[in-house]
Amino acid sequence: MIHSPYIRKPASVQRVMLNVLLALTPGIAAYVWQIGAGILVNLAIASVTAVAAEVLMLSLRRRPVMLAATDLSAIVTAWLIALAFPSIVPWWLTVFAVLVAIVAVKHLYGGLGQNPFNPAMAAYCTMIVAYPSLMSQWPAAGTVSFDTQLQLILGGLREIDAVTGATALDALRTGLRGDANVGTLLQTAPFGLFGGRGWEWIAGGYLLGGLFLLLTRTITWHLPTGFLAGLALTSGVLWLFHPDQFASPMFHLASGGAMLAAFFIVTDPVSGATTPRGKLIFAAGIGLIAYLIRAFGAYPEGIAFAVLLMNICVPLIDMKTQPAVFGHRGGRQS
Amino acid sequence: MIARLFNFHGGVKPDAHKNESANAPIQPAPMPSRLVVPLRQSTRATARCIVSPGQHVLKGERIGDPEGTLGTAVHAPTSGTVVEFGLHPLAHPSGLNTRCVVIEPDGEDRWVERHPFDYHTATREQALAQLRDCGIVGLGGATFPSHVKLGRGSGIDTLILNGAECEPWITCDDRLMRERAADILAGASILRELIGARRLVVGIEDNKPEAIAAMQAAAGGIEGDVAVVAVPSLYPAGGEKQLIRVLTGVEIPYGKLGAEFGVQCFNVGTAHAVYRALAHGEPLISRVLTLTGNVSRPGNYEVLIGTPISHLLALCAPKPDTDRTLMGGPMMGFALPRLDVPVVKGTNCIISASPTLFPPPQPEQPCIRCGECARACPAELQPFELYWFSRALNFGKAQEYNLFDCIECGCCSYVCPSHIPLVDYYRFAKSEIWAREREKSAADQARDRFEFRNYRQEREKEEKAAKLAAKAAETRAKMADKGAAEEAPANADADPKKALIAAALARAKAQKEAAPVRNTEALSPETEKEIAEIDARRIKAALIDPATPAGDTPSERSPESTS
Repeated sequence: MIHSPYIRKPASVQRVMLNVLLALTPGIAAYVWQIGAGILVNLAIASVTAVAAEVLMLSLRRRPVMLAATDLSAIVTAWLIALAFPSIVPWWLTVFAVLVAIVAVKHLYGGLGQNPFNPAMAAYCTMIVAYPSLMSQWPAAGTVSFDTQLQLILGGLREIDAVTGATALDALRTGLRGDANVGTLLQTAPFGLFGGRGWEWIAGGYLLGGLFLLLTRTITWHLPTGFLAGLALTSGVLWLFHPDQFASPMFHLASGGAMLAAFFIVTDPVSGATTPRGKLIFAAGIGLIAYLIRAFGAYPEGIAFAVLLMNICVPLIDMKTQPAVFGHRGGRQS
Repeated sequence: MIARLFNFHGGVKPDAHKNESANAPIQPAPMPSRLVVPLRQSTRATARCIVSPGQHVLKGERIGDPEGTLGTAVHAPTSGTVVEFGLHPLAHPSGLNTRCVVIEPDGEDRWVERHPFDYHTATREQALAQLRDCGIVGLGGATFPSHVKLGRGSGIDTLILNGAECEPWITCDDRLMRERAADILAGASILRELIGARRLVVGIEDNKPEAIAAMQAAAGGIEGDVAVVAVPSLYPAGGEKQLIRVLTGVEIPYGKLGAEFGVQCFNVGTAHAVYRALAHGEPLISRVLTLTGNVSRPGNYEVLIGTPISHLLALCAPKPDTDRTLMGGPMMGFALPRLDVPVVKGTNCIISASPTLFPPPQPEQPCIRCGECARACPAELQPFELYWFSRALNFGKAQEYNLFDCIECGCCSYVCPSHIPLVDYYRFAKSEIWAREREKSAADQARDRFEFRNYRQEREKEEKAAKLAAKAAETRAKMADKGAAEEAPANADADPKKALIAAALARAKAQKEAAPVRNTEALSPETEKEIAEIDARRIKAALIDPATPAGDTPSERSPESTS
């Protein structure tokens, strides 16, 4: 017997995931334009691995395969991994990372909707700890041909220093340790107008996609705003006091994975906070921790660790930020 | 006048589907061959049948007496013969049976004698009794007795008339407002007077411009502060608490009545019925309902209570691919398990459903905590949290997250991208909690009875002991009078046990004293003294002797030993 309501809004998990994939395309386009088409190869490798792992795990868990394998959630995870990783990592590293995300972080915790950690970020953290050097070799903008990228990805060629350049965050970090100041560093090669040269266009693409997600109500404003504000405020405070030692909030917003994280990573509903106030706290916490790792930690980029750390706090945040229920506001109720 | 409108959180905008039936004027439905009138016409109350098979009844004649505080009277919808009094299935998802009076119409439709009720000269109690005796209940669907709702109100500032009709497909209130606006407002002004409200506000969704115009025109003929207000069309704006919020900004929490906040809300159909009951003395025996959905001739009909649904469906001619029949709207209604069930006072709409209009739900997917449901929830709950708790049978937590504030409007299920039947989970959780509470209250009752039994036994024991002590004290007093109680211990009255001993001693002594008196007459003082000395020795020996009445059984079973 089917009960009311007898009508449903035409909405589905597939539609939500498809919106996220669509929103990623401007960023991917900018990636291809600025860095090269190698990212497409990585996206393909990650997607195929993710779907295969999804099907495998669903059948092992004796769950209906077709419905869950076509919900596109695995593809979203795959794309986020490919986009968060250097686009010239060898193919097996991408496969390994996707397997960690889908098999361990997602399905071992019970599949879609059950994972306490963001799968893509957990995979990122695993890989950066396991393969720190491979994970920090980024292609510099417009310097690596597609052939070279393909060879790097598919194996064989590994003359890394010839093709890679330090990322903006990495250059800043190394430079500041070597007694340079922010002003002169920003004039050097890795830096563009706001952030990393070339990379800032990709960040712009993500921002565009993020606005699309906001307009289609796929995400709410709380998470991106909380994250960007958390990052901008903490970097802004230090920058105001020591502009020579710390880069501006603008630089931090436009560099590294900030835009990707703001609209596509901290917005993962499954592992994130859900109440309006909770979302702000959760996202601002990620921004704060990410900045602290960038400025004082052992890694040039700290978003992935920040996300996992805040994922741990989600149950507590949600519990403590439950909004008032209709009629229970203003202390009228005991 | 209404200065501004307020918003309520959430809400959804499903396709209204009002056009199918909104332009069909109200027509009387033809008389069925049999009317099955359930005696359960108001929430939680069934009327007591006062007719017997074979009896002839007139239209509007009372066939059921109100029982209990929530009871209302039930009347014959037309003149005819009572052919049966028995159990028949009710229009309810469960298809459970209820007591019904079956009437075979005689075709004359002859009214019982009707008297207008002069509510100006009557007391408030008399007016409320008249409403109860006319069987007036809320026609919005809840069928809550109107006299109870009115009776609870005091200090009411605003009377709200609910003409929002926010559920898709339903147009009966729309038509009623278009065609009988003056009667509705006359009823509303009666209600306003009975409840002592200062102002009257009619809330109508802005997708019903004709109804708003008709009501505004009729409002001119009503004295006092009257406002007909168009409210935004947003389901569930017609929910009582949501409409009160929109019109007054007041939020009524779960478990509270509008009356506590100076607001009371009635459906437009109820106001119309109140007018008929007081101005014409007509009991509530028919209502307007909408026949729509997958039908060839949608329409709005004035239908006698007790008319079988199957009889009505013949009027609108459902199309061949109709697979279900819904009662109520698609958001909160239910699929009728059978079609031979009668129309009741809460029946506002019958929808023929087809797979095209109401597609079967897509397979349920896992919750991804996207929060769409929380954004749609007019009660401002976190539906997905309630879902997780209900699913995990963690009912305590679900209650902590205000499960019972859920009004089951269906917005969360409507928007859920994972197609989870969320409301079903809440219904399940609520019924489980109710079942547990019933179980608990049964256990509580048993425990209470057991504890009372223990208490009673204890009390009887104490009473017995007290009686004994009293008797002992009495005896001692007697002894004291005779001046022979000097041997009794000083603290005797402080300890019931010692009092008992003393009493027993006193009794024995009295016996002993009595005995020589009978046998020895006119003794010399010397002899008496001798006897007294002997007696004293005897008593001394008795005090030392452990075999004296000290080991009395009742005192060993002291209260402490049983508790």
